[in-house]
Amino acid sequence: MSSQASVYEYIVRTKDLRKIYTMGGQEVHALDGVDVDIRRGEYISIMGPSGSGKSTLFNMIGGLDKPSTGTVFIDEVDMAQLDAFELAWLRCRKLGYIFQSFNLIPVMTALENVTLPMIFAGMASDESMDKGMELLKVVGLGERYDHKPTELSGGQQQRVAIARAFANDPAIILADEPTGNLDLRTGKEIITLLKNMNEEKNVTVISATHDLKMIDVSDRVLWIRDGQIDRVEERADIKLSVGKMEGEEN
Amino acid sequence: MSGVITERPDKAGIQRQIVLPWSRTFQMTRENIFVRLGRSIITASGIFLGIAFMSAVLFGAAATVVSGKIAEQQLGVVAAGKDDQARTIWLVTMSLIVATVGIVNSMLMSVTERYKEIGTMKCLGALDKFIVRLFVLEAMLLGTLASVIGALVGTGAITLIYAARIGIGPTLSSWGVKALEVGGVAVPLWGAILVSVLLGGLLSVAAALYPAWRAAKMPPAAALRSEF
Repeated sequence: MSSQASVYEYIVRTKDLRKIYTMGGQEVHALDGVDVDIRRGEYISIMGPSGSGKSTLFNMIGGLDKPSTGTVFIDEVDMAQLDAFELAWLRCRKLGYIFQSFNLIPVMTALENVTLPMIFAGMASDESMDKGMELLKVVGLGERYDHKPTELSGGQQQRVAIARAFANDPAIILADEPTGNLDLRTGKEIITLLKNMNEEKNVTVISATHDLKMIDVSDRVLWIRDGQIDRVEERADIKLSVGKMEGEEN
Repeated sequence: MSGVITERPDKAGIQRQIVLPWSRTFQMTRENIFVRLGRSIITASGIFLGIAFMSAVLFGAAATVVSGKIAEQQLGVVAAGKDDQARTIWLVTMSLIVATVGIVNSMLMSVTERYKEIGTMKCLGALDKFIVRLFVLEAMLLGTLASVIGALVGTGAITLIYAARIGIGPTLSSWGVKALEVGGVAVPLWGAILVSVLLGGLLSVAAALYPAWRAAKMPPAAALRSEF
């Protein structure tokens, strides 16, 4: 299955994607005809100011919301053609989500949070525990497996969320402002962790962000403005300007 | 890799099997109730108070009949039976409304404040029915437990009050009294209280079912956006 799937170069493609919200009787075009092709294994950042439509695009690619018109292809499968079961399967096995506010299940321990997607995927309990522990070790929280989210710092919670996102070895990691609620240093650690996972596991990482630190590790940056693609930059084109903008020592 | 992209109408590689074993459902429900025990108690209180009020009213109605008969024997006064019956129906109706509003309110709140969690679970691959199942099971356990305790406390309190007035023996004899007449069928007190306990459980489930189902049906993005 996976060998067949890897024939396709693009893991995500969108075609003339549009999302129209009606707010106070007015039509708001959150997305206004977006065409994106994302290659397998790419680390891509979707950047843009608040309200530019980057989160909307993120939601469409992640199957968290339906476009008004246009199509999203995941591995060349039109997402609109999937029924509820197939969509759940896709979210469970092929996609991993990371959010700004971490979104761990508050009543569950770190390990239970990480193993939940594996349970949904039908993995045996023992096996999921072993794999969960392994993932927690990878993100540096092997010792904290029994802690509840409230007993963990923001950075630690995000690490658990990352371990959870990788639970079923997804093909794509979707990260919505993953560093938005973290301080500079912790944010950097999270970015490094994501980049390492991206390289080691050859996972495609798609991140909606306005954290300029993200540019540094991105293969491509997609700039969004007013619901449209403003420009797409390859890493080589943008690398120079980053250090200055962030104002950090390098 | 030829560079030629062909769309796959056959949905190749996409499967549909997603599971949540019952053992795990129970475990999650238990965690949901006990880890946020404070919140669970508040939710349960809404149900508890409603059912306690209702069973107290029912018991009071039956005990009034008993004490009326005692007064009749001792003083030769005929109790105003018609008035009592009307008042009882009115009080029971009121208590039913109070219980319903309390339960619906508690369950509605406990589901809506967890929209974000529901959205997250869907992102992790949960099917709509898992979400509904989790909330229904939780409501069933919480609702039934709260109703049973409510009935015990409600009838217990009234028993104490009437025992002081007419003695413990006559008070306990109220259990056999026909507390209500529903459509010409006289319902004994114990039956009416049993019904109110069942009602508490059922109303809790019904009140959780709708918002849970709605939240499960929502696109995850919308559920995730909600803040409580």
